[in-house]
Amino acid sequence: MARLWPYLAILALALLLPLTGNEYWALIATRMAIYWVLISGLNLVVGFAGQLAIGYVALLAIGAYTASVLTAGTVMEPLPAFVALGLAALAGAAAGVVVGLPALRLRTFYFAMTTLGFATIVTQITLAWQDVTGGGIGIPGPSMPAPMDTAWGFYYLCLGLGAVCTWATANIGASRFGRALVAIRDSEVAAEASGIAKPRLLVMVFILAGALAAFAGGLFATLQTYITPDAFTFDLSLLFFIAILIGGRGSILGPLLGTILLTLLPEVAAPLAAWSTFLYAALLLVIVLAIPGGIAALLDRNSRKPLPEDRAIQPRPEALAPLLGERAERKLLSLRGIVLAFGGVRAIDGLDLDLRQGEVHGLIGPNGSGKTTTLNVISGYYRPQAGSMTLGDAPLPPGHPVGRAARGIARTFQTPRLIGEATVLENVMIGATIEGRAGFLEALLSLPRQRAEERAMAAQARLALEAVGLAGLAGVRADRLQHSELRFMEIARALVLRPEFLMLDEPAAGLSAEEIRRLGALIRAVSRQGVGVLLVEHHADLIFDICDQVTVLNLGKVLAAGMPAEIRTHKEVVSAYLGA
Amino acid sequence: MLASILASGLAVGAVYALIGITYNTMYLTSRVMSFTAGQLGMLGGVFGSLFVLRLGLPVLPGLLATLLACALVGVVTEVVAVRPVLKSLDQHLYVLSTLAVALLIQHATALEWSTEPQPFPRLLGLGAGIWDEKYWLPVAACIATIIGLEYLYRRTLVGRAFVAIAEDNFAARALGLPERNLRIASYALAGAVGALAGFAGGQLLLAFFANGPLLNFYGFIPVALGGLGNNRGAVIGGFLLGLFQQAANFMVGGIFSSVAVFTLFIIVLLIRPQGMFGAPAARRV
Repeated sequence: MARLWPYLAILALALLLPLTGNEYWALIATRMAIYWVLISGLNLVVGFAGQLAIGYVALLAIGAYTASVLTAGTVMEPLPAFVALGLAALAGAAAGVVVGLPALRLRTFYFAMTTLGFATIVTQITLAWQDVTGGGIGIPGPSMPAPMDTAWGFYYLCLGLGAVCTWATANIGASRFGRALVAIRDSEVAAEASGIAKPRLLVMVFILAGALAAFAGGLFATLQTYITPDAFTFDLSLLFFIAILIGGRGSILGPLLGTILLTLLPEVAAPLAAWSTFLYAALLLVIVLAIPGGIAALLDRNSRKPLPEDRAIQPRPEALAPLLGERAERKLLSLRGIVLAFGGVRAIDGLDLDLRQGEVHGLIGPNGSGKTTTLNVISGYYRPQAGSMTLGDAPLPPGHPVGRAARGIARTFQTPRLIGEATVLENVMIGATIEGRAGFLEALLSLPRQRAEERAMAAQARLALEAVGLAGLAGVRADRLQHSELRFMEIARALVLRPEFLMLDEPAAGLSAEEIRRLGALIRAVSRQGVGVLLVEHHADLIFDICDQVTVLNLGKVLAAGMPAEIRTHKEVVSAYLGA
Repeated sequence: MLASILASGLAVGAVYALIGITYNTMYLTSRVMSFTAGQLGMLGGVFGSLFVLRLGLPVLPGLLATLLACALVGVVTEVVAVRPVLKSLDQHLYVLSTLAVALLIQHATALEWSTEPQPFPRLLGLGAGIWDEKYWLPVAACIATIIGLEYLYRRTLVGRAFVAIAEDNFAARALGLPERNLRIASYALAGAVGALAGFAGGQLLLAFFANGPLLNFYGFIPVALGGLGNNRGAVIGGFLLGLFQQAANFMVGGIFSSVAVFTLFIIVLLIRPQGMFGAPAARRV
């Protein structure tokens, strides 16, 4: 309830607005609501997924022209206004995918540029395609049936739609889809390792954002009563984009306030109207340089509360049994003859390796001996030039990191890959993303199955946090944690996946002696639940304490393999790596 | 018709190539793609018209003043929009900060100069028809820039320092190169190159505030296709783009030529995101 009151306050104010009886205010507020219908969808693209889609005015224009042309009766029999709006949304959904597709391959500046180019081209087409769009002369917008044909009637319609969009996009934001979008934005590699397929997810969001933008375009055409290409200037695109950045990334309330602010700005400062775009640009610069978190960061008082300083990580291995369950069969993950060369350097040179479920397998060796590279080959980030991998009875295809989570292979990273702006709990819940069965639409409407799944995922994540000893920090933003806590958080994220095999890349690096001891006990307990653990480490003591098997690499080849006791006394290992 | 396609295609191609070089010059020392590149080209035209036509300076001092003014804009860009966000390059804040500065430039020009295209003076009064100076001046400026940059990068100490920083920023700093000053210098240089593009192409493009976004986009295409930081790719790409665009212009009309350019650009980038001459991205894990 506490989190709802700002929305309810805005809605109450909006509902009371007709009491002023001032139809000019109705116009402004209607425009605000229409902009918000577009921005709420764009917010998922820009604020959540972090894609710099600057040219969304193009989708507004597509929606406005589609709805207007379908109701004007110049090209075909006129359709009812709402049918036309629906078709406009469909056209927008298709266009949204077209604008968005480059984002699957291209990054940041490139993508920003292509959306800009798209916006330019749509304007040029509306000018040139005179038979349909009326060219520079324009066409009338759709007119609404009663009772939406008055200023206040239309206002209530747009307000209602705006409220629905707020609710629906907030549902997405709070669902596994919203978390996955933020994960793609902040740490694409971690998202991949958790089995989040970026293309599918982005396309769904582009469809939604495109449909909302085009629907808003139809409403916009009604509000304008008559549209020409001049109505869709780049300044409008800028307003949409900056409203989100002012609001803050990954927030719904922030961009809503940003929309209200930016729509009001030229009205309250009437003499500045000519300078409004200049002001938007200046605002953008100030926000980027001074408050990158936007309004949302200013409102978030929770994240400024100091954390207790004497906190310690207290793993509770008892929580592992309910989290991981029991594994009846013991599978084998084996590598045969793996070769991987970077240019002339053979990083891995004919490696054989067998990992068993229920065992801790240590992988040690000097720097550059191919330990992390091996891990990256197993988790699919590198594609070996030769050799084969099998998991149980099935071959493990090389490459394809996104598919590893579904095969029960989880991992952590040498430098923790965190989603800094999400809470610790949300970071861990990322690991459970692939367990979600409820679809995008169910999440959009927050249907019962979706809500049940969310509760189950949160419970799993809390259990994992308890197991690694971070239960007390569940609600804290992840970028406020200490390095050692991040390491344990990554393990929790991997455990939530209920993996068959868990690969840890130097988990003890940067930990205190006491923390290393607790880490060792935790890894041991994980393996006793039937999880196969591959441990890449430099701390020889930890390796020899907890490993069942140890493989020593040197220059990409196996130098020695066997029980810890054999390795510790192995002559070549001692001289090449351990030292006397 | 072929002759006029060639003449105008090479002319606008040269302007695009120069804007591409502007992008690259800024990119090399800072790893930042700046939205201001096209605005510098726009300013070249506006300042040229301002100094030569309105204030009545002779052509050479007018050119010099234009180059200086844009070099200053380049330096201001570096200080305001690039330096503060360099620390977190991976967050790509520079996309937003340089976009903001580009828009500030564009709208300040619209408000203080004019929102209508203004005439650009005839500079030398040489040539007519397809040999008119408005067609060959940009090409000449482009060739001069390439020769000048090659000389700078190969023969002078400052130029070699640029190359060193572009090659390996950390190693260059460890060697004691004044990285920050060199970066400022490269932004000034980029400003001058952009200004030259706008000045030489002024008679084609006029002094018009809305040229910025267009130059931004059409100057970016050769860079994207040629590979970031690759001047040779930018020049070849720029001339090809100019010829393709003008040919499409003459054959199917202006609107559809830009649709054709855009479509081709997207398709090529989707197939080769790193550009035709660029190297694939570095490792991620």
